Amino acid sequence: MTELDEGTSIDLGSAPQAPERPPRLTAWGYVRYSWRQLTSMRTALVLLFLVALAAVPGSLLPQHNTNPIRVRDYFIAHPRLAPIFDRRSVSLFDVYSSWWFSATYLLLFISLAGCVIPRAAKHYTAMRARPPAAPRRLERLPESAVLETSLAVDEAAQALRDAVRRTRFRVDLVPELDGAVTVRAEKGFLRETGNLVFHLALLVLLLGVAVGGLFGYKGTVLVVEGDSFVNAAGNYDDFMPGHRFRDSALAPFTLTLEHFAAQYYDSGDKAGTAKRFDATLRWSPRPGAPTRSYDLQVNHPLVMGQTKVYLLGDGYAPEFTVRDDTGKVAFQGPVPFLPQDSQLSSTGVVKVPGAQPQQLGLDALFTPTTRLLQGGVAVSTFPAALAPAVSVVAYRGNLGLESGVPQSVYRLDTSRMTKADRFVLAPGQTHQIGAGKASVTFDGYRMWTNLQVTYDPGKDLALAAAAAMVLGLLLSLRVRRRRVWVRARPAGAGRTVVEMGGLARTDESGFRHEFADLVSRARSVLPAVPTGAAAPTDREE
Amino acid sequence: MAVDLGLATLSDNLFGAALLAYAPAALGFAVEAAFGPRTATASVEAAVEAQSRQLVGAGGPPLAAGPVEPRPTARSTWDRVARVSVGLTILGFLLHAGSILSRGLAAGRIPWGNMTEFISATCLAVVGAYLWLLWREKARFLGAFVLAPVLLSMGLAGTVLYTSVGPVQAVLSTYWLPIHVTAAVVATGIFVLGSTAAMLHLMSLHYEVLVAQGKRVGFSGLARKLPPAETLDRLAQRAIGLGFPIWTFAVIAGAIWAESAWGRYWGWDPKETWAFITWVAYAAYLHARSTAGWRGKAASWIAVAALVCLIFNFFGVNLVITGKHSYAGV
Repeated sequence: MTELDEGTSIDLGSAPQAPERPPRLTAWGYVRYSWRQLTSMRTALVLLFLVALAAVPGSLLPQHNTNPIRVRDYFIAHPRLAPIFDRRSVSLFDVYSSWWFSATYLLLFISLAGCVIPRAAKHYTAMRARPPAAPRRLERLPESAVLETSLAVDEAAQALRDAVRRTRFRVDLVPELDGAVTVRAEKGFLRETGNLVFHLALLVLLLGVAVGGLFGYKGTVLVVEGDSFVNAAGNYDDFMPGHRFRDSALAPFTLTLEHFAAQYYDSGDKAGTAKRFDATLRWSPRPGAPTRSYDLQVNHPLVMGQTKVYLLGDGYAPEFTVRDDTGKVAFQGPVPFLPQDSQLSSTGVVKVPGAQPQQLGLDALFTPTTRLLQGGVAVSTFPAALAPAVSVVAYRGNLGLESGVPQSVYRLDTSRMTKADRFVLAPGQTHQIGAGKASVTFDGYRMWTNLQVTYDPGKDLALAAAAAMVLGLLLSLRVRRRRVWVRARPAGAGRTVVEMGGLARTDESGFRHEFADLVSRARSVLPAVPTGAAAPTDREE
Repeated sequence: MAVDLGLATLSDNLFGAALLAYAPAALGFAVEAAFGPRTATASVEAAVEAQSRQLVGAGGPPLAAGPVEPRPTARSTWDRVARVSVGLTILGFLLHAGSILSRGLAAGRIPWGNMTEFISATCLAVVGAYLWLLWREKARFLGAFVLAPVLLSMGLAGTVLYTSVGPVQAVLSTYWLPIHVTAAVVATGIFVLGSTAAMLHLMSLHYEVLVAQGKRVGFSGLARKLPPAETLDRLAQRAIGLGFPIWTFAVIAGAIWAESAWGRYWGWDPKETWAFITWVAYAAYLHARSTAGWRGKAASWIAVAALVCLIFNFFGVNLVITGKHSYAGV
C-alpha cells in the first residue's frame, strides 16, 4: 500500500489514472471494478482522512465509557441536543463503538488487506527473482565509472562480484554473447518487506484488539480496608463483558485489602500531590490455594496470567455508629465517601432505614485535614488525614427506599424528610440529634480503594503486532534500494575494461558516496594495467 | 527527594540565557533571509537548473553554493550575519541543554514531567533537529522559520505556563516516563521541522509558478531566497520519514504505560485520540507522496494539516480538554 519510493515508484495499488468506465459492466465486472477502486491508494488515502476525522468528535464530546458523569452534565446543559446526539444512529457519546466509526476503519482495513496481500505475493516472487539485466550503455546511468585492469575478463568479473557482494548486494554473474561478463547486483529488498510487515501487522493489531474486545472483560469494584472480594460478575460495582464473554473467563481468585496508605508531598509547589499509593493485598489464585501478599501500586498491577488487578483510585470511608430514638444501635460501620477535590474533601450519605420510630439519614462531608471557617463550615487543606472531621446534616423522615426506583448510595432523597440537626464531629465524638435519644458517633475512618480487574486475551497479540509495526516501519523508511551493474569486457593486449553503473531506486541522496565507495572497492581488487599502458579513467558526473 | 534550589535557579538562568542567544540568532536569520543577496539556488534560472540536476539523481545540491552573479563583498557580509546566527543558535542549544540537565538534577528525575519542561525539551529537540539538518543538508535558510516558534513557545513556557522545579505525582514515577515522553519530544521536534519545510515548499512552489507565468510576485517574494521547491519537498519527506517511526514508537510506549497505569492500553483519551489523528495525518502524508496526483502540493498541504493536529495535541488537549493527560499542571 505504501509505495514510499521516490521517482521510479510505480503505484502498484493505484487504479489507472482516469478509469474509463466501460459502457456496460457485467455483474462480475462491476464487483471487480468496485474492488479495484476500494483497494486503490487513493481510496485508502480518503479512508485514512475519514478515520482521522471520525476520531475528532470523540475527543471533544464527553464519552459514555470514559466519562459518564460529564455525559450526564451535557444532557443537563443541552437538553434538546443531547438526546439527538445519543441516538443509536448518531452515537456521538459512543463515537469509538459507533456504526459509522467502525464502518470507516473496517473499510480502511479491507482496502488495506486487498492491497497488501496480493503485494506480499508479488514481493515473494520478486525476492526469488534474479537481479534485472544490465542496460546496454552503463555510462548513461546516474552514476557510472570506467576502470581498466590487467586481469582476464572472468577473473575480473569474479573479483568484482565478490567485492560488490561484500557491500550486501545480491549478485548474479552473467556471461554475455560478445565475450563480456556482467555482474548484476541489487539490494534493498527489506524495504518492501518492512513495508508489508508494517501493514500486515496493522491487520494483526486489529485482530488483537478484536479478540480482547470480544472475549475479555473489565470490572471495577470498591473495596474498603479489611474487606474481601471474590471474582464473580455479580460482585462488581461495574462490569463490562465482551460480546463473546463466558463466565469461565473469570479467574477464581479472591483478595482482601489489608491496608492502604497514601503518601503526599508536604511542601513546595506540589504540596498535596500524591507521591505514592500502596495497597497491601492478601490474595489467592483459587479457593483453597495458599494466600500471598502483594503491594499493589499505581503502575504495578497484580498479574494473574491474563487477568490483572489495577489500583485506580482511593478515598476515605468514615465509620459511624448511629443510635435511634429507642437508644438501639441502628447502624454501625464504614461508609465509602467520594472525593470532591484535590484535598480529598469527601461527601457521602448514611441511610438508616431501620431507625425507630422514624428513618434517619445523614448527609455528611469528611475533611481529612480540617479547618473550620466562620459559620462552622469545614474545609480540607491537605489530602492526608492529619485532623479528620465530619460535618453532618441529619434528617428524619422517609428515605423513600420502598418506592422501587433504584437509588444512588451516594445521594440522599430528602424530599420526604426534614432537617433535624447539623454538627461537626472529631473522631470518637458523639452528638445527640435534637432532643431525642438518637445519636451519631464518628468512630474513625478506614481507607477504600477502587480496583479494576481486566482480562484481555488479545493484549499479547496486539503488543507483538505493535512491535512488528515499528520494526517494519524502520525497514521500510530507512532501507534504500539500489541497483548496480558491472561489465568486464576484453580490450586486447591483456587488458580488460570494466564499466560500472548504478542507480538509486529510493532516496538518491548519499548514493553518490555509496557508488564512489563501490568504485574504490573495485579498484582495490583489480590489479592496475602495468605502467606504460593507458591509466584507468574515472568518469563520474 | 529534596529539590536542590541552587541547581533549580541555575536551570532558570540558563533557560533565560538560551532565550537571549536564540533571539538575536532568529533576528539575524530573518534579516539575512529578507535582505541578504540572492544565492544561486534562489534565482529562478538557477533553481530550474538545480532541479534538473536533481532529477538525474545527483545528491542534494549544496544550498549555499556559490552565487551565479558573484557579489563578493555583499555576500561575505551577509554570510557573516548568517554564520554568527548559526553560532548563536549552537550556543543557545548548549545553554538550553544545560538548563534542562540542571533542572533534572535539581529535581532528581527526568526533566519532562510537566508542561513547562515538556515544552522546553520539545523546543530543544526542534533546535537539535534544525542543527542536524544544517549539518546534513545545509538547511540554514530554515533558521528564522524554526527559531521564531521556538522563541514563542519557550516564552510561554517561561511565563504563563511556568511550573517551578518539583517532584512528579505517583502515576508519573515509572521508567515509562523517560521512554514515552522522550520519544514524543524527539518525534515532535522532527515533525515540526518537516512540516515547516513542507510549508516553505508550498511557498516556493507558488513563487516558482508565478515567476514561470510571468505574473507579479507580491507577497510570495518571501520565497525568493528559498531553495528550489524540489529541495524543500525532499527535506520535508526526509524529516517526516524519520519522525514517523519515532512517533509510532512513542504512541506504542504510551499504550504500554497506559496498560500498566490505567488498566487498558487504549482508551480514546483525548491525548491518545489526537496522537492517533496526528499519526494518521503523517501516514497520509507519506502515502500521498507516492500517489499519483497527490505528490507535491497536496502532500505538503497534508503535512501542514498534520502539524496543526500536532500543535493542537501539544497545547490544545492540555489546556482546553480535560483528560487523563491533564496532569501537566497548568
